[in-house]
Amino acid sequence: MLDFSHLTVGQVFELAPFKVTRDELLAFATEFDPQPFHLDEDAAKSSVLGGLATSGWHTSSILMRMICDALFLKIDAIGSSGIDEMKWLKPVYADEVLSGVLTVTGLRLSNSKPNTGIATFEAALNNDDGEAKAFMRSMVFVSTQP
Amino acid sequence: MMGLFMEEIELNARIALGSYVFTRENMIAYSRKFDPVGFHVDEAAGRASPYGAMTAAGLHTACGWMSRFVESNRQARAARTAAGLALPDIGPSPGFKNMQWLKPVFAGDEICYFTTAKHKRALASRTGWAMVSGYNEGVNQTGALVFSFESAVLTAMKG
Repeated sequence: MLDFSHLTVGQVFELAPFKVTRDELLAFATEFDPQPFHLDEDAAKSSVLGGLATSGWHTSSILMRMICDALFLKIDAIGSSGIDEMKWLKPVYADEVLSGVLTVTGLRLSNSKPNTGIATFEAALNNDDGEAKAFMRSMVFVSTQP
Repeated sequence: MMGLFMEEIELNARIALGSYVFTRENMIAYSRKFDPVGFHVDEAAGRASPYGAMTAAGLHTACGWMSRFVESNRQARAARTAAGLALPDIGPSPGFKNMQWLKPVFAGDEICYFTTAKHKRALASRTGWAMVSGYNEGVNQTGALVFSFESAVLTAMKG
């Protein structure tokens, strides 16, 4: 398990490829974003999305999972206070394969939480053609105790 | 938004979207897929964490908001159709800003969600469309604000 001292500003973590299956897309949309253009192929084609595409909230959730696999499950992560910015740049279509990079942008000790560091980061998500799909700026609390 | 054209949206009016109950089951189901850190998927790990109990993933709290927003919008559009009024096309969102997870959300918490339109402006780049931005909240059963963020959505204009 890594701790706060293992992080450096500018450090880059690769976000491993993640395939967005049609079944997962439909299951997520049914539960959290059941709008016709996320559930129905014909409605999607005639919408601004141009085809069956994920909810932005699904894209964000997938990005969080990729960040967990790349970093949060390998450090002593103890939560986050939020997401400064999330950009949904392009629709993510069924069966696309996403990958990306996370870059550590800042490191400081928490003023209010003992033994806790704050790592700020940016994460960029793209498909396998290199098309940018989403971008996120956020932070994570990390234990400073080895 | 809420079945309304941009011109019809009243700024600074706080709209209740309904509530979402976080359960042990729906928290673990979401977090196993999307945020499988120990204190989101395991009760013992939650007790050992600084939060003292298993907590909902922050983006699960956001997805609960979206599910209530979509349902409120669906009901508003159905009422509009029943009244014989024109329906605006639903536009995409470019994303969100300043999402804050202010307090932990625990199993059994019922979060009431709200949205308040704050700004609207016609887009020079897309005739007939406006950008409407809003402030959104989640409040738990004790009245504490646990979640907030700023949204933006392209909204159709009447003329």
